[in-house]
Amino acid sequence: MSDTSQLQKLPKVARPSTPSALSNALVFGWRAVLKFKHVPEQLFDLVMTPIMFTLLFTFVFGGALAGSPSEYLQFFLPGILVQTVVFNAVYSGMGLSTDLGKGLFDRFRSLPIWSLAPFAGLMVGDILRHLIAGTIILIIGLILGYRPEAGLFGIIAAFAMLIAIGFGMGWIFIVLGLLIRTPTTVMTLGFTFLFPLVFASNIMVDPATMPDWLRAFVDVNPVSLMTSAIRGLMGGGVSLGEILLALIAPVVLTAVLAPTTLWLYLRR
Amino acid sequence: MNDTSPAIKLNAPLDASPNAISARGLVKAFGDVRAVDGIDLDVPRGIIFAVLGPNGAGKTTLMRMLATLTRPDAGSASVMGHDLISAPHAVPTAIAMTGQFASLDEDLTGRENLVLLARLWGFRGRAAKARADDLLAAFDLSAAATKQVKDYSGGMRRRLDIAASLIVTPGVLFLDEPTTGLDPKARKDVWAMIRGLADSGVTILLTTQYLEEADQLAARIAVIDRGKKIAEGTSRELKAATGSGFLHVAIADPARLDEAAGILEQRLGHKANRSTEGAELSILAGTAKDANEALAVLVGQGIELSNFSMGQPSLDEVFFALTGQPGTDTSREEATL
Repeated sequence: MSDTSQLQKLPKVARPSTPSALSNALVFGWRAVLKFKHVPEQLFDLVMTPIMFTLLFTFVFGGALAGSPSEYLQFFLPGILVQTVVFNAVYSGMGLSTDLGKGLFDRFRSLPIWSLAPFAGLMVGDILRHLIAGTIILIIGLILGYRPEAGLFGIIAAFAMLIAIGFGMGWIFIVLGLLIRTPTTVMTLGFTFLFPLVFASNIMVDPATMPDWLRAFVDVNPVSLMTSAIRGLMGGGVSLGEILLALIAPVVLTAVLAPTTLWLYLRR
Repeated sequence: MNDTSPAIKLNAPLDASPNAISARGLVKAFGDVRAVDGIDLDVPRGIIFAVLGPNGAGKTTLMRMLATLTRPDAGSASVMGHDLISAPHAVPTAIAMTGQFASLDEDLTGRENLVLLARLWGFRGRAAKARADDLLAAFDLSAAATKQVKDYSGGMRRRLDIAASLIVTPGVLFLDEPTTGLDPKARKDVWAMIRGLADSGVTILLTTQYLEEADQLAARIAVIDRGKKIAEGTSRELKAATGSGFLHVAIADPARLDEAAGILEQRLGHKANRSTEGAELSILAGTAKDANEALAVLVGQGIELSNFSMGQPSLDEVFFALTGQPGTDTSREEATL
C-alpha cells in the first residue's frame, strides 16, 4: 500500500478565515446546480407533469370550459405556473429526507458553518428549479398562443412572485423532510395535502359555478390568492391588495417554519 | 497551500492539558434506555484510542456527544481544550468526524464532494480545488476523482469519507466503526491509512466492535458495554487483568460438551466460553497447576480431548471475562460471510 507514504506527504492545513453565512449558502446552491448536471432526470420529472397538464387541459377541456382552447389557455397558463411551483416544493423535501437518511447532514452539522446554510442551499436549488420549469412552461404557452398582456415587465414581476411562493411553500416540505424518514412518504403526504389545495382553487376553473360551501373555501385558499395575483401581473390590472393577499401565506410560512426547521435540525 | 495565510496556527492547544479529550460522567438517555450511562474518558494527544464494545453498547452515542452532534443529558467534557457544554460551537473547529454511514453526496463526483466541503470550510476557488486534489492523491483516489460516488466500491467510499474529514487537519479525528462492512483487503488498507494519520500527529478516537481492530491499531482501549465503561488500558494490560491465562480444550465427542463444561467450571470456578461452531471450550484458569488438574479430571471421566492448549487470552476472551458475553471476532465474522 503506497498510501501511508502519500499520507505523510499530505500537507497539514489550518482553517482559513471563517466564510460568511452567504458564502456557505451559495456553496450549497452550487451543490444544487451540480445535481442538475449529474441527475438531469430530475428536470424531466419537474417539467413533464406541468407540460402534460397544460396540453391536456387546454385541448381536452379548454373548449368546454372557456369556449375555445386558446381562450382557456389565456386563463389557465398563469395558474399552471403556480401549480408547478407548489408541486415542485415536494421534490425538495424528498431530497432532504434522502440526504438525512444517508448521514450527509451529520457531516454538515459537524462543520463550523452557519446552521441554516444547508437549507438555504436547498432553497437556492428550488428557486433554480422554479425558474427553469416556469420558463419552459411559459415558452410552450407562447408557442400555443398565450399572450401576456402586461408584457415583459409583467412576466418578470410574475416570476418574482412565483419565487416568493416557492420559497414559502418550500419550508413546509423541508419540515416534512426533517420529520419523515422515508422520501416516498414525504411525496405521498405532500401530494395528499396539495391536491385539494390546487384543485379546489381558481387555477383550472372560475369558482362561480361551484357550490357555496366550496366557493367559500376556494375564495380564501392561498393558492387561489396566489393565482389571482399571478394572473393580474401577467395579464395586467393587478391591484396592490391582490399582491399583498398572495404574499400572506409565503410570509407566514417562512416566519413560522424557518425557526421550526432550525429547532428540528438542532434537536436531532 | 500557497493561498492560505501562514500566520494561522495549526490547532494550537488552548490549554496545557495533555489530553485531547477529557470527559466526566457523560450520560445520554433515549426514553428509558440509558445509551451512555456515566462514562469518564481521557484520551491523550497524538494516540489512537479505541472504544470497543458490542452493537448497542453506546459507542456511537458517546462519539456523537463528543462531536457535538448529540447533547449530553449530564456530565462534562472538553475536546481540544473547548468545553463541550459551555462552548459547543468552538468544538467543530478542532475536530472532524467520519460517521458509520458514508456521509457523501452520491450524485456528485469524489472531487466535487471534497471541493464542496473545502469551500464550506472557507477555502476559495483554486485553494479548494488544490486541497481536494491533494487529498485525492493521498488517499489513492486520483484515478476515480471524476467518477460519481455512487460508482465507488465500499473501500473507496470509506477512503473518500476519511479524506473528507481531513480538509482542515483536525486536532481529533473521530472514526465511527471505520471498517464495518469492508472486505478484509479494504479493511487492511483503511488500517494502514489510520496508522499513517496517527503517525502524522492526529489524535484518533475510533469505535469498533472488532477486537482484532482495537488490538491492531489502538495504543489504549476502553471497553464499554450497556452504556458503561467496564475496563480501560493497553491491549496488554487488558489481557493481563483477566488472569494468567486461558485454557482451551477441544472435545472429541461434541455430545459430551455440556458435561465437560460442567467439570471445568466446577474445578476452575469460572464460566466456560463455548465456541459456536466446534466442540471447543475456553475458560479462565488461575494457574497452570489448576489447569492440569482440571484436565486430569476430564480424562479421568473418559472425556477424550482432541486438542488442548494454554495461552494468553485473546481480546475476545477478555471481553467474555469482562462482560460474560462473547465479543464479535473479526475472524469469526469473516468465516461466516
